[in-house]
Amino acid sequence: MTFRTLPFLRRTACVGAALALTVAAPSAFAADLVVSAAASLTNAFKTLAEQYEHAHPDTKVVLNFGASDVLMQQIVKGAPADVFASADQTAMDKAEAEKVVQSASRKDFAANQVVLIVPQDSKLGIGSLKDLTRADVKRVAYGNPSSVPVGRYTKGALEAEGLWDAVAAKGVPAQNVRQSLDYVARGEVDAGFVFATDAAIMPEKVKVAVRVPNRTPVTYPIAVTTQTKQAQQATSFVQYVLSAEGQAVLAKFGFQKP
Amino acid sequence: MDAVWVPLLLSLKVAGWATLLNAILGVAAAYAISRWRSSARDVVDAILTLPLVLPPTVLGYYLLVLVGRRGVFGAWLDRIGIELVFTWQGAVLASTVVAFPLVLKSARAAFEGVDHQLENAARVLGVSETGIFFRVTLPMALRGISAGVVLAFARALGEFGATLMVAGNLPGRTQTLSVAIYEAVQAGDDNTANLLVLVTSVTCIVLLVVAGRLVPPAARGVGEVYERRAFRREAVGK
Repeated sequence: MTFRTLPFLRRTACVGAALALTVAAPSAFAADLVVSAAASLTNAFKTLAEQYEHAHPDTKVVLNFGASDVLMQQIVKGAPADVFASADQTAMDKAEAEKVVQSASRKDFAANQVVLIVPQDSKLGIGSLKDLTRADVKRVAYGNPSSVPVGRYTKGALEAEGLWDAVAAKGVPAQNVRQSLDYVARGEVDAGFVFATDAAIMPEKVKVAVRVPNRTPVTYPIAVTTQTKQAQQATSFVQYVLSAEGQAVLAKFGFQKP
Repeated sequence: MDAVWVPLLLSLKVAGWATLLNAILGVAAAYAISRWRSSARDVVDAILTLPLVLPPTVLGYYLLVLVGRRGVFGAWLDRIGIELVFTWQGAVLASTVVAFPLVLKSARAAFEGVDHQLENAARVLGVSETGIFFRVTLPMALRGISAGVVLAFARALGEFGATLMVAGNLPGRTQTLSVAIYEAVQAGDDNTANLLVLVTSVTCIVLLVVAGRLVPPAARGVGEVYERRAFRREAVGK
């Protein structure tokens, strides 16, 4: 090695090391526990994961939020999730039918309520589901019923009142419940359907207009996936969610007991 | 088949409008920049090129903040009856912004490649500045501009991120091909997704072939054709 090639080699080594770091950084390590959870659980599960990590320093909880059906689809297509927490039974039923979750581990861990929200400064005076059919209500957001649980609950409730077709005509289907919340908070829609726990996150921007009566119980199931390589940690996390400590966190964010 | 036709036609409509707008705005901006002698030119060019490098989500957010109901221009647009968020016009806006730099870049390079001696020759012959633009500069730059316009159409057809943020995902109204595919995959509807990606791929191949034939022959050739035409006109005394 001559003197002159040295700086070149050193620079190459530096660039190589930096590249290696960037490539390696985002990938999951063996001790990572991947939890796929419904979008409505975002805030509660962030706190839960933090507390769980505190109690189990050797485990790193990696959270993946989205519409329950999307998460279910990801797992069916081979996403390396260890725990699946869904916002309704339908998505979990599908996961069970596809044999991607362990049926024995399935437990309901929370309950919620669907609400109709309007922007805090709304002047439309929406006070009932029927008001949504009025001409001055132009856009209504709800989760896309084909992939978002809150959309399925919404569709069920509106169908029961014979209002679904009229509302769907001015509907803005959202990718997940938080998008529906965001549309209302920005005032881009006149009203939207979310869970009571979502509405509680932005009290300064949205207000609850109607508490939609639960036709089917709004319960959240959780289960360990079949392809997990860390069944023990996954089970331990599920137990933590069901424990008094975990339930206290969920209660703090407005979730009810199942 | 509605599951395919409706988003396909909507995609073509949105991309068509976006391309038309870009062909006018992009060419005008490119011509202005290519003739402008100022130190601010590079800054303006950089700003106009931003949509090429910014993530579509950033553009979508900017557009929401600007034209949303509570946006900077939203209230004003609302008053004159223009609604962009959750409408197909909003999808056109998003696609136009995203594809704009493709026309700008190609058209600018094409304008700067035009031989000034030919323009000066026309000037000497007493052709007006407007006449020079339409009869000398534009025909000479047409090949480069066409390439940019074709690219812009392709980009507009494939637009996803900014469109989803501004126009949403309203079946039959703002659900373009790319958004419909996203929705089908999210819902686990693989049959629809397969059909849609197949249709999109075939559409793009057809477009590329058609575009390849539409783009006029090399710039030098156009110049020659033009010169020959002009010569003939001179010859018949017109």
